[in-house]
Amino acid sequence: MLLTGAEIVVRCLAEEKVEYVFGYPGGAVLYLYDELFKQDAVRHVLVRHEQAALHAADAYSRSTDRVGVALVTSGPGVTNAITGIATAYMDSIPMVIISGQVPTAAIGQDAFQECDTVGITRPCVKHNFLVKDAKDIASTIKKAFYIAKTGRPGPVLVDIPKDITIAKAEYEYPKSVTMRSYNPIIKGHQGQIKKAVQLLLDAKRPMIYAGGGVILSDCSEQLTKLVRTLGAPCTNTLMGLGAYPATDRQFVGMLGMHGNYEANMAMQYCDVLIAVGARFDDRVIGNPADFARIARKIIHIDIDPSSISKRVKVDVPIVGNLPDVLDDILRLLDGSADRPDQEALGEWWKQIEEWRRRDCLKYKQSDEIIKPQFVIEKLWEVTKGDAFVTSDVGQHQMWAAQYYKFDKPRRWLNSGGLGTMGVGIPYGIGVQLAHPGSPVAVVTGEGSVQMNIQELSTCKQYRIPLKICSLNNRYLGMVRQWQEIIHGNRYSESYMDSLPDFPKLAEAYGHVGMRIEKPGDVEGALREAFKRKNDLVFLDFQVDQTENVYPMVMGGKGLTDMILSSEDL
Amino acid sequence: MRHVISVLIENEAGALSRVSGLFSARGYNIESLTVAPTEDVSLSRMTIISTGSDDIIEQITKQLNKLIEVVKVVDLSEAAHVERELMLIKVRATGKDREELKRVADIFRGRIIDVTDSTYVIELTGNTTKLDSFVGAIDASLILETVRTGVCGIGRGDRILRL
Repeated sequence: MLLTGAEIVVRCLAEEKVEYVFGYPGGAVLYLYDELFKQDAVRHVLVRHEQAALHAADAYSRSTDRVGVALVTSGPGVTNAITGIATAYMDSIPMVIISGQVPTAAIGQDAFQECDTVGITRPCVKHNFLVKDAKDIASTIKKAFYIAKTGRPGPVLVDIPKDITIAKAEYEYPKSVTMRSYNPIIKGHQGQIKKAVQLLLDAKRPMIYAGGGVILSDCSEQLTKLVRTLGAPCTNTLMGLGAYPATDRQFVGMLGMHGNYEANMAMQYCDVLIAVGARFDDRVIGNPADFARIARKIIHIDIDPSSISKRVKVDVPIVGNLPDVLDDILRLLDGSADRPDQEALGEWWKQIEEWRRRDCLKYKQSDEIIKPQFVIEKLWEVTKGDAFVTSDVGQHQMWAAQYYKFDKPRRWLNSGGLGTMGVGIPYGIGVQLAHPGSPVAVVTGEGSVQMNIQELSTCKQYRIPLKICSLNNRYLGMVRQWQEIIHGNRYSESYMDSLPDFPKLAEAYGHVGMRIEKPGDVEGALREAFKRKNDLVFLDFQVDQTENVYPMVMGGKGLTDMILSSEDL
Repeated sequence: MRHVISVLIENEAGALSRVSGLFSARGYNIESLTVAPTEDVSLSRMTIISTGSDDIIEQITKQLNKLIEVVKVVDLSEAAHVERELMLIKVRATGKDREELKRVADIFRGRIIDVTDSTYVIELTGNTTKLDSFVGAIDASLILETVRTGVCGIGRGDRILRL
């Protein structure tokens, strides 16, 4: 069948069962948009800024097990998209980005809206392609989806010059892909798996550390079974929240820079640590030298060999697809006559409970002023812990991670790796479209929310009833917190002056706005907001300006060197 | 430690920039990098000379393997291998220096491949140390220009890097 390049692109997306394309039109993609117009298999969501298109597609993927798709034009379309691409790359989110390019003959001529897209995106994509012939479009898009989703997932960009979208080519969508240079490992090494099982059975103080990989590979069930079988404590990273149910007794909370006291202590003092789809990053283990100070055996399961022994030397590396490896481990554990040493395990739990009694997340409640932590606790209660929660980046992000107890995977969406302010609302858009009818809360602050506030307009157009909970403390809170602790209270540029009237701003966009000033009104406002199922409600919580996030491990310090409250300073 | 890393990579536009971009983005050293198509023109072979601790070299090979277009990566310096580099050196060759330069070139098994009444171009092949020694052996003031290809390497005997 002879089709134009633009027709082929849209057919390919339909073939991949793409439900939504998030994008923004422009000169180089006019023919693609014309084809989108002529069909209804693939729906397009028009954002107000390309960065938001990427975030929305990213969130669509994070909250499902599908590949997110974005479409942007050449030049500024691509450069605006970069932050979104880099955000997805840092968190290993499978996405396909189609970008327009100036016509082939104009490439390299400094043409209008030209940029070296393949060059400029190279460091923040898993792979990218420049299509130079219409006959290569179908096979390239097939490869793009395959590469995005398999192995360690990530964004893949396909750059298509305008003349290629007009040129005709024979169309047939390939049924499968084989690439001699790309064959992700699935099965783990059986010898290594046996070694790991023996270590786990011999452990006296076992600890399970699970990260975003568990969410991405949908193996919460196997992880939960492993934790229960071993009777060990389990911690989740910021990216892994929901991988293991937070309300379970064996969950010791998030770990890391703002992790729970008991989680960080157990990480340091366990004798066998199994890391599942996590990468020992700097916000998680603090200073690697201090982490290595205590002798313990480390098992590390990851699909990406380069994540293993990158920051921390491990004893038993297992490269493979997590669900497959966990299945193998569970099978060997089930079949083994050995059982973990119950007496030692009892002692270990006694120690953990003692740490837990420090109640590191307690904060001073007030009748006068709204505590930000209290808002999140109420949000959890009002939504019965079952909402999709997206967050921006800063103090509110940490409070959401600490106080909203995620029991299910793919419910918590945040920019963990790149730490991109402004993801909150666009993430909400992606999630809500993927899960129509489900409650979606956006936890944000007055700083972050202004970084993509224009998307309130997109929400109006597509009737996206987000509940935006803005913890407004009139400060770039996390910056203020560091300035307070490290820079002698010199609040350099961290105060947000001349803020808009947020409820009125929401109303201007056609939504509902509320301002909440008293702790007694928090629960009522949240209930009222979630009752309005079809309305986007912007809740502007006027919170305590001085509140800080604790516990806190200062940059460069060891994991157990925690500041538990402002009194420790 | 100095390592010789061989990479088989799809012979496609932009493949080289993915490799060089990886080295600069992650702050790895490149002492030299050579690349050319192999007998199978769909594949290029690179030889990269890099220095770093064992941990860094391990990361380099893992990160190279992670590039979608990379087919195979081998650290040649893990076992017996041969390295060669080609140098072209243009020298001022006048008066009594003409005889002396010819003599030193012969000792190093170099060949004079271009002659004018005042210059020679000498072609010299060998490992890096040999080329360095040659440069050291002639009067520095006579050197007009040098160009070196960078090292290419191959495993000895049955060590074969191919698909």
